Formats: sequence, C-alpha cells, structure tokens
Amino acid sequence: MSAGANPIVHIEGLHKSFGDNEVLRGVDLEIAEGEVVCLIGPSGSGKSTLLRCVNLLEEPTEGSISAAGHDMTGPDADLDLARRDIGMVFQHFNLFSHMTILDNLVIPQMRVCKLPKDEAVAEARRLLAEVGIEGKERAKPSQLSGGQQQRVAIARALAVKPRLMLFDEPTSALDPEIVGEVLQVMKGLAAEGMTMLVVTHEMSFAREVADRVLFLDGGVIVESGPPAEVLSNPKTERARSFLHRVLHPVD
Amino acid sequence: MDAATATAAPERRMTPRQRRRLSRTIQYVVLAAIVIVLAVVADWGRIVDSFFQIDIAADMFPAVWIPFWNTIVYTVLAFIFGMAVGVPIALMRVSTFGPYRWFATGYVEIFRGLPALLVLFLVGFGVPQAFPGIQYPGGVYGQVAIGLGLTSSAYIAESVRAGIQAVPKGQVEAARSLGMSHTRTMITVVLPQALRIVIPPLTNELVMLTKDSSLVFVLGVTTATMELSKFARNALTSEANATPLLVGGLLYLLLTIPLGLLARRLEKRGEAR
Repeated sequence: MSAGANPIVHIEGLHKSFGDNEVLRGVDLEIAEGEVVCLIGPSGSGKSTLLRCVNLLEEPTEGSISAAGHDMTGPDADLDLARRDIGMVFQHFNLFSHMTILDNLVIPQMRVCKLPKDEAVAEARRLLAEVGIEGKERAKPSQLSGGQQQRVAIARALAVKPRLMLFDEPTSALDPEIVGEVLQVMKGLAAEGMTMLVVTHEMSFAREVADRVLFLDGGVIVESGPPAEVLSNPKTERARSFLHRVLHPVD
Repeated sequence: MDAATATAAPERRMTPRQRRRLSRTIQYVVLAAIVIVLAVVADWGRIVDSFFQIDIAADMFPAVWIPFWNTIVYTVLAFIFGMAVGVPIALMRVSTFGPYRWFATGYVEIFRGLPALLVLFLVGFGVPQAFPGIQYPGGVYGQVAIGLGLTSSAYIAESVRAGIQAVPKGQVEAARSLGMSHTRTMITVVLPQALRIVIPPLTNELVMLTKDSSLVFVLGVTTATMELSKFARNALTSEANATPLLVGGLLYLLLTIPLGLLARRLEKRGEAR
C-alpha cells in the first residue's frame, strides 16, 4: 500500500461478522496523512461496515485498527477521546433534530471540547459560512433541504477538530441536482489537506478528487490504486462488471 | 367492465350515494327517537331536585376551593415524584448492564400491577407499621406524593422507555461519533427527543393522577388536606342530595379538559418540527 512511514489509518486482518454473516473477511489498509481514499463496490460488499469499524461504531470481530493516533482496538482505548479526532458524515445526515442549526455545532464543542460558549458560537458561524450555510442559524434541521442538512453535518463533524474524516455515502440520500453542492464542499475539504475516507457511488468525484480508489467485493479489497487505473482499467472481472453496471445502468 | 356487471347495473335500484344518504337518515331518526323517549319517560322534576339545587351548589363555595386546590397539589406532587423516579427507571430499562435492567423490569411489573389504592395503603399504613418512627416529608402530602407517585412512576417509566427507543439510532451514532460519552449522549440528545415524543402519554398520566388523587381519603384526611371527591361525598351525605357530585365532577373536568387541550397543542407543535 502506498502509505508513508506514519499512516493515519492502519488496519490489519479486519474481520467483521453479524451473526453467521461474515461481512468483512480480512481487510488490510493503510491511509497516509492528507490522502483522499474512495471506497467503491456493490451493495453488501462491506464498504459501510469497513468505514464504521474505523471509529468503532461497529466492533470488529477480529483484527486491529489504529486511527488518528489512537489504538482503537487496544485494551486501553478511550473511544470517546479518539472519536473527536475522527469526524463522521452519515448518509441520512443525522443532525440533532431537536436543536437549531447553530446548536448542532455549538453543543458538541461545549460538551465534548469544553469550549466556552462564545468561542463555540464564533467557530460554528465560521464553519457554517465555510460550507455556505448562512441565515439559517435559528432554523431546525427539518426546515433545510437535504443538501443543506448534509453541509451542516459536515460542518458539525469539523467542529470538534478531527484529523480524519469518514464519509458514509454522503450523497446517496440526495436529489441528483443537489449532489453537486455537497461534493463541492468535500472537494474543498480535500484541497485543504484533510485526510478522507469516502464510501461513494459518485465515480466522477472519485476520479477527480481521490488519491486512491479501493474496490471492495465480498468483504475483501479486490483492487486498489489511483483512480485512473482502477476506474478506467480494472484488472479484475468483478471490478469491470461492477463499473460497467454503475456507469452504464441501462445496458 | 365485463358484460355481467354492465347488464346488472340497470337493475340496481339505488346508487351507492343514495344508499349512504338513506342509511344516514335512518341513524338520525333512531337517535332522535331515543332522545324523545328518554325526555318523555324521565321524571324531570326529580332529576332537577337531585342534581340541580342551586342553593346547595352555592353553599359549597368558597369552601370547595380548598379541596380543589389540594387535588391540584396532590396531582402535581405525585407527578413530580413519578417523573423523578420514572425517568431513571426508564434509563435502567434500556441499560446494557443486566442488573439495572432486571431491577427496573421488576419495579415496573410490581407497581404497574398493584392497584393504586393498595400502594397508597402500603405507604400510609404498611410502611409506618414496619418502620416505626418513619416520617414522610410534608406529612400527608409526602405520603400522597410517594403513594400515588410509585404507581405513576411505573407507567411513566414505560412511556419514557418507548420514547427512548423511538429516537432514531442515527442520532445516537452521530453523537457518539462526535466523541460524546454514552451518558452525555443520553442527556444531550436522546432524552430531550424522547420526552418530546412521550408528551401525549405523559399528559394522559397526569389526567389519570388527577382522578387517582380521589383515593387519598383512605389516608384519613382533615378539612385542610381534603381533596375534591371526599369533599363532594361529604356534602352529598350532609345534604342528602346529589348536587355536590355534579359540582365536584364539573370541577374535575375544569382541570382535565384544559390538560387535554394543552396536550393536543404540544402534540401539534411537535409535528410542526
């Protein structure tokens, strides 16, 4: 794998089963600081599970994971502390529905990072402006469009100052014409040097932004390489047929 | 349309709309007949004599305001106790720690299963007998808060548990992924949403408590601590007339109907979110 001396994510021999169903069957992965990695693959291939194992939302059945300088699977792991350094963006946004947009960013900073309120508010306003959400501070999440909610969700994840961002199909729940505004924010984030692991079906985003694309199938990484290589000249038949189905769904 | 229905159609004597209208008319006629029969059969003089004696009703005032006020106080105290105990029990019900869950399940089963009257007796007489010298804070008020609150807390716990489980899993995952601890997530994200969800059943509980406060008489109340039902029944006995029951009933409705309206308002506001 093409990671440097000090990878920010290091996964070794990762297995994950739900009951009798083995979803991940031995995944090894290293991600270097500042790298943008896109995870693609058919549904049920284990992409989301792999992502959710990185911050231990799913507990691995076997294997070791370290991320953002924390030994996540170690016996002394302080997961609450570690997760501050690992931001996560969900398919369905998961903004706190009883809080205003501003509070969605302010409360985590106050409760998790123990910041005083005025500092948290200032930072929240800066982040909201950065993702292009203005004049919605007092609104509730349900009053925003999906694209706006997802941009707020990205800002919320950034509010606790993560070193690594996980994206779990961030545009899959959005109307097609809204996908672009979210990808634009993610692209900006990548340009700022954020390390990102993205589960996505947006092949053009992967092609344009990713440093590396991983093709996952049947719970293992089948192909890995620069986007031009994996997306244009897949070596395996499985990847070839998957990409054909994604890029030419009508055929 | 096949041929059979096409030929059958002209034979039908009424359209569905006509049939609906006829059925409705019949229902109105029957209803009106019942009302007329009752009005004719009933001995109106007697009914007015037993329920609508203005002077007896007037005699109840202003003394009735003390038991009216006590009914409110008993209800509110019991509800506060019920919430203070019920919410932690609900949290224990959904705990991953087995012993908490077992304790909470046992607690709910016991206090939901026992009649409120029996629990009130237990608190009022059983406990003081078993532990001589025990003093309830606030005297009879403390006894009522605990005696009615124990039963109420079991119901509240079940409602709140359902509310907690109705909060989408994604809300918890988002909070945890931001680095919030399990406890912090509960306090900051889950409980506020859960309590909003259970406003309707909690209002129901408050209405039930308002009525259950009529059981307080078993503790042996004085004029100062009497609640509405007891007061109305005393008046019924001394006046040998049912008018006090009507007044008492109306005063209960004066409490419970606004509660229902308030609940509906809160529910609507919840939907608008």
